[in-house]
Amino acid sequence: MRSPPKLMVVASAGGHWVQLMRLRKAWDGLDVVYMTTEPGLCDIVKTMARDEGAPSPKFISVTDANLTEKARLARQLFEVLFAVLRHRPDVIITTGAAPGYFALRFGKLIKARTIWVDSMANAEKLSKSGKEVRKYADLWLTQWEHLAQSDGPHFMGRVL
Amino acid sequence: MIFLTTGTQLPFDRLVRAVDAWAEAAQPGCEIFGQVLSPPEAPYRPRNFETRTRLSPAEYAEIFEKARLIVSHAGMGTILTALTRGKQICIMPRQVKYGEHRSDHQLATVERLGAHPGLHKARDEHDLAGCLDRALAEGESLQIATIDPFAAADFSDRLRAFILSTEK
Repeated sequence: MRSPPKLMVVASAGGHWVQLMRLRKAWDGLDVVYMTTEPGLCDIVKTMARDEGAPSPKFISVTDANLTEKARLARQLFEVLFAVLRHRPDVIITTGAAPGYFALRFGKLIKARTIWVDSMANAEKLSKSGKEVRKYADLWLTQWEHLAQSDGPHFMGRVL
Repeated sequence: MIFLTTGTQLPFDRLVRAVDAWAEAAQPGCEIFGQVLSPPEAPYRPRNFETRTRLSPAEYAEIFEKARLIVSHAGMGTILTALTRGKQICIMPRQVKYGEHRSDHQLATVERLGAHPGLHKARDEHDLAGCLDRALAEGESLQIATIDPFAAADFSDRLRAFILSTEK
């Protein structure tokens, strides 16, 4: 008999995180580890799970970095690598940005199935990381119908 | 209280200046609090309200709850949080030509976002004062419809189906 898959849910703090949390019914009741860039979100995630009667999730925070901060980005990369190797999720879902990109790339090394939901903020073209992650995303999604193509990115819906 | 937030990633002094000018001209004595990241070189110090660079998620949630109006960059996080909590929000997009972001995606956000009760869009700093006045006027006369805290069920159901179809 199959046991339910183990999930890793990844987003940098801020808009990416807020969007991803709106999708949490997709993993309601599953074994989940959250990964983000703001340690203060730990309490919020655990309180939310308790209030909704969901199992208490695991939580990992990694260094915050944007594409111009090379040293911080390198640190984040290693932290995400260790987290993926340690938790060995069966599925990884992310709305970006950098930590989600790294998680999907490392996820493919351990044969996880991967989901990229490009941020709703990218209404005119896909994000840079969203374009680059194409090869590593089993489900490669945009949140805007007019950006969807027959060979991807696909459109399944929008968080708002 | 009015809560001004620029997000934690990049400065947005054009918005801070515009809110400060509006407060001085139109709303003397109006209580405003700002979560403002300023450029390290020549930061703008507002004359009409206090600011802090960073807030913890718990502090942010507390101030957000108290505010009757949110003023922010056109970032999806703040917009979604305001609509979920039933707050009036004025958004103004960051622009690359002023060095405010790495792309002009916030212009597209403002253009593409549908109409929602309580969501007010300002094109730029010249448009902001009118936008703030409209939001305040509406806030006192309208009960705002709030959006659901979850995305539409068909979207999360399809993602769930994909997740559950995974062989362990």
